[in-house]
Amino acid sequence: MSSEKEFKIEDRLEQEYKYGFETDIEVEEFPKGLNEDVIKLISQKKNEPQWLLDYRLKAYKHWKTLTPPTWPYCKIPEIDFENLYYFSKPKEKKKYDSLDEVDPELLETFEKLGIPLTEQKRLTGVAVDAVFDSVSLGTTHQEDLEKVGVIFCSFSEAVENHEELVKQYMGTVVPYTDNYYAALNAAVFSDGSFCYIPKGVTCPLDLSTYFRINAKETGQFERTLLVADKGSFVNYLEGCTAPQRDENQLHAAVVELVALDDATINYSTVQNWYSGNKKGEGGIFNFVTKRGKCQGKNSKISWTQVEAGSAITWKYPSCILLGENSVGNFYSVALTNNKMQADTGTKMIHIGKNTRSTIISKGISAHDSQNVYRGLVKIMPSAEGARNFSQCDSMLVGDQCAAHTFPTIDVKNPTAIVEHEASTSKISADQIFYLQSRGMDTEKAVSLIVNGFCREVFKTLPLEFSVEAVKLIEMKLENTVG
Amino acid sequence: MIKINDLHVTVEDNEILKGINLTIKPGEVHAIMGPNGSGKSTLAKVIAGHPSYEVTKGSIEYTINNQAKDLLELEPDVRSKEGIFLGFQYPIEIPGISNLNFLQESFNEVCEYQGAPKMEEKEFLDFLQPKLEELKMTPAFLYRPVNDGFSGGEKKKNEILQLKILNPRLALLDETDSGLDVDALKVVAGGVNSFKTKFNSTLLITHYQRLLNYIEPDFVHILSCGKIVESGDKSLALKVEEKGYDWLA
Repeated sequence: MSSEKEFKIEDRLEQEYKYGFETDIEVEEFPKGLNEDVIKLISQKKNEPQWLLDYRLKAYKHWKTLTPPTWPYCKIPEIDFENLYYFSKPKEKKKYDSLDEVDPELLETFEKLGIPLTEQKRLTGVAVDAVFDSVSLGTTHQEDLEKVGVIFCSFSEAVENHEELVKQYMGTVVPYTDNYYAALNAAVFSDGSFCYIPKGVTCPLDLSTYFRINAKETGQFERTLLVADKGSFVNYLEGCTAPQRDENQLHAAVVELVALDDATINYSTVQNWYSGNKKGEGGIFNFVTKRGKCQGKNSKISWTQVEAGSAITWKYPSCILLGENSVGNFYSVALTNNKMQADTGTKMIHIGKNTRSTIISKGISAHDSQNVYRGLVKIMPSAEGARNFSQCDSMLVGDQCAAHTFPTIDVKNPTAIVEHEASTSKISADQIFYLQSRGMDTEKAVSLIVNGFCREVFKTLPLEFSVEAVKLIEMKLENTVG
Repeated sequence: MIKINDLHVTVEDNEILKGINLTIKPGEVHAIMGPNGSGKSTLAKVIAGHPSYEVTKGSIEYTINNQAKDLLELEPDVRSKEGIFLGFQYPIEIPGISNLNFLQESFNEVCEYQGAPKMEEKEFLDFLQPKLEELKMTPAFLYRPVNDGFSGGEKKKNEILQLKILNPRLALLDETDSGLDVDALKVVAGGVNSFKTKFNSTLLITHYQRLLNYIEPDFVHILSCGKIVESGDKSLALKVEEKGYDWLA
């Protein structure tokens, strides 16, 4: 077997980043650096109530006592937090009354990304909240949602119009004391999405937030809060891209999900932030805290993520299974190429009786990339009859990449059943030749192998997203010359 | 069907094939025998288009539907779609893909190229059923990952199943008999024999005369040090069985 062929397979992973364009737009930014004044300014700019400013300041104070985590299996360059802008928004009117007032340049940006926001394009059956840099640009389909009482709006609007709900739930799943980046986010978060599904309502549309970082040297700190009241159901989708820049950009988001009795939340992410060039220059640092709380009995939270971008990903969408019979799922595909580093996984904390969780993680690494699965399954003494099944599979393309698995299992109740399976495989030139000799071209062969590998995860995505995810992975695997 | 002319092949600067001449006509069964390292498998892989081998001289002309093609110009997948099938000596394992999915994808790719209608899963399963029975394979085979965890015999049967599904014009069978017990050998040989028509050709690569008791070749060639040193009919194989290869050198 020649090494030359092996190299060719890797070439297929070198698709240029097609979302790397920059939108030329005037922005309003605060001075660089982080201090109490900047936080006050952010809060003031957004007309926030006092309690929220206090929350931010407490978080900031706490953050100053923390140091960045060093345990991830990643080489993270030191981030100069004083050299970042903490607030950037397109310079325009204070608030858009309708999307028609949004700068056409911005709408065009989302158009290019395949996220239609304009009226005539709203037939896709997905309600979208578009977040550009730190500010939500607008949310589609709001009227349809209002009819059934679903609240879906930017975080800022939620603070203004649904203050009680925000106050009741914000920080209850990811407290600002949780970790370094969560504390930072709590201090400086600028916007994000808010969603509330009332009792007994099955959300008539899939909800979607689309994040776009544009401004230079700007941290993006958005916060998503999603509350599913008793007996409700929602599919939530999240997509992300950023321009191609030589310097790194920080993205430190927090996502909190709350599911009350009998509620179901399916939260899916297709993450395609710019991942830097072949030499590893530039790209997004994606340091995100995502956590769901199955607060009520029989509640269910499923995380599905397709992580295909970012220079460094540090992310562990988790579930706290508090309610009896509640269910937490984590389905993940993480693809790394070039010099990308991903340290991702999940935590399943079983507290309630008969709680169940499933973890399916698929890591694909190519070139010189590092792909880590890190997981915790914790069964508390109260979690009588808890069950967990974990499966962590890694696929290697070439021989310079690495895959690591760090599962932690902590069982404090003897009635619990915990299973863990793991495997590592490699795409070899011989596999490609075998499939070719059966009539499939190279591209088809690679995509068959990879899609076969990821199938269990892709099938958990809503149809539209699943198509997008398959395309994204195939695009990353495609040869630039064809 | 296929005309190999003065074929020279190197791999990593070692010349493995040093001027092969071989013509196979439609309906013929040829067997290639020879000592270890003589280049038998290389010949099969080069015809199928394995990328590790470099053809430094010579040509392979492949004729199908009265059209002659320069085989060396074609990608391996196109060769397959044009009716060339390589039965692997060591079938490759592909975890994560079900055998059924693999077989169906392969079948439909070839159908599409040849302008035949594709099959949906149910129709395809009906199409597979008699073939599985003939090869004494259970349907459970279809739902296991491709060759992953298969025994040696199961892998070889799976190759013959693919031969039957794709129904090529030229089958290159690289040591299909190795690692088979007598019963499995009979089943596999039966599969190969049922492939034989006046249009289809077979090139068998084998170490042992044993296989040729079950699949009768029209021609036998002895390959040694990258050259065909002797050609004849079935009796040549028996002679090798008796005397070994030394008398040829």
